Amino acid sequence: MSTRKLAWAALAFSALLFVGCSSMQSSEEAPVGDATGGGGAYGSAGARGSQWAGGSLNDPSSPLSKRVVYFEYDSAEIVSESRDVLRAHGGYLAGNRSTNITIEGHCDERGSREYNLALGERRAQTVKRFLEAEGVSGGQLAIISYGEERPADSGHSETAWAENRRGVLVY
Amino acid sequence: MKRILLFLLLWGWHLTAAAGLTIEITQGAEGALPIAVVPFGGSAPEDVAAIVASDLKRSGRFKPLPTSDMLARPHSKAEVDFRDWRALKQESLVVGQVNQTGSGYQIQFELLDVFRGESLAGYQFNTSARDVRPTAHHIADLIYEALTGERGAFATRIAYITGLRSADGKERVALQVADSDGFNPQTIFSSNEPVLSPAWSPDGRRLAYVSFENRKPAIYVQDVYSGQRERIADFSGINGAPAWSPDGRSLAITLSKDGNPDIFVMDVGSRGLRAITRHPSIDTEPAWSPDGQHLVFTSDRGGSPQIYRVSAAGGEPQRVTFDGKYNARASYSADGKRLTMVTRDGGEFRIGVLDVASKAFRTVSEGNLDESPSFAPNGSMIIYAARAQGRGVLYAVSADGRTRQRLALDIGDVREPVWSPYSKR
Repeated sequence: MSTRKLAWAALAFSALLFVGCSSMQSSEEAPVGDATGGGGAYGSAGARGSQWAGGSLNDPSSPLSKRVVYFEYDSAEIVSESRDVLRAHGGYLAGNRSTNITIEGHCDERGSREYNLALGERRAQTVKRFLEAEGVSGGQLAIISYGEERPADSGHSETAWAENRRGVLVY
Repeated sequence: MKRILLFLLLWGWHLTAAAGLTIEITQGAEGALPIAVVPFGGSAPEDVAAIVASDLKRSGRFKPLPTSDMLARPHSKAEVDFRDWRALKQESLVVGQVNQTGSGYQIQFELLDVFRGESLAGYQFNTSARDVRPTAHHIADLIYEALTGERGAFATRIAYITGLRSADGKERVALQVADSDGFNPQTIFSSNEPVLSPAWSPDGRRLAYVSFENRKPAIYVQDVYSGQRERIADFSGINGAPAWSPDGRSLAITLSKDGNPDIFVMDVGSRGLRAITRHPSIDTEPAWSPDGQHLVFTSDRGGSPQIYRVSAAGGEPQRVTFDGKYNARASYSADGKRLTMVTRDGGEFRIGVLDVASKAFRTVSEGNLDESPSFAPNGSMIIYAARAQGRGVLYAVSADGRTRQRLALDIGDVREPVWSPYSKR
């Protein structure tokens, strides 16, 4: 039993160390609040090279402040609620050719982990294709899947799962 | 035993101790064989009889007599009065002795048939102090085999992933290896980025796994004794789901370098790649048949994830599972007769076992988020991950679903268990 106690102490110690070091970890792009309305107008949506005439990336009233789109269970389809957000980003990126982003694909925790890694990649790819159709160059768009490994909500409810089935645009 | 000593020494040098898993038997079996494992005579750094009794109990096949119920404490056959044990309705009796020698310990034991008053087996081992625990597991294996006719799997290990979330929600992830009873946990690798999909090499010396330490998934192979580590697959996109071929020369892996996830086989020596599947759907989670002739894998080519089987030489895959809308991450039992997998049962994700010949399918778990099943090398148990009381825990269930035990960390989550092959002694 003494080894067990030792292990306990070791874990407690390493937990303390970890809390101390946690700021070293990179943070996932936090979804920016619910910016509804506002936003700017952009000419000829989807046209190559169109000039973004809306707010800046950091303007909370701009649709660009929304960086997360959500998916249905076991699906990589862009739902209609996501289209306006993605069109705004498409317009911005098409007008700012030097700006590159990474599209992260994520899943809820249900099912097997490697399948979810693949599903997360498919979600990121769908977002990428949508942005490309809006005139963004593929070279501006990197993709990565985290599968179910990086939940936005660490809970285990339907609400948490819905939060976690997502694509995140990281500028 | 010398080789074991060497391995323990190396182990001690290269790895750090980690928090242990605590085992709790949550579901016992009826019809378990009564056996009395008498505390061994002499003195040892570990209670050999208690380790043996606990192994036998966890198998679900045996019901060890509590030591407090014993009427006598013999240490050799000569000291046994079989009438004591018949009165206690015991079928088998284990007696033994540990003697300190110059360099370590001599452990001897006898397995006795209570009704016939005969010896069924008896062995003697010379070990170092550090080898006492592994020797106790080996004794449990010998007893299990003598009484069931099936090889024991107590002197094996499990690899698994632990996650410890800090207050800000970030997770420290570790790949660990412990004895099959959860003791001697060692951290093999740890990271602030995701680590997943550990897979044992058939000689039990190496683990392949996926790590995001460079901000993207890559496959690494690490020697668990020396700690030596190599990145063996780092293509664009997914590098995932490594599975060793039975001869240890190849890894089946998932790569999405060509646009979507397909199964490839990599020659570990030359790093040469062979494409096994080419399909626009998701193909992932390959596992080898024990004869190395086939691979099973998960694919959603039919609309939902199901298990398919393909020749290791490639060719047209055949669908294996038809029950239910979700079957994934299949792996074979060592005799190739059964597949265990994750299956969706209504809204619940559970562990299923498919009899390959008869196609009979049964669910052996009872949670709603069960995943990552793997057979013990003797096929007697399946270890899998689940959630219980708000945490990620492991369960080991007998392959017939009758007995179950939970392995949990004192703090944090544990997931993705994989049972090691038999150790080569």
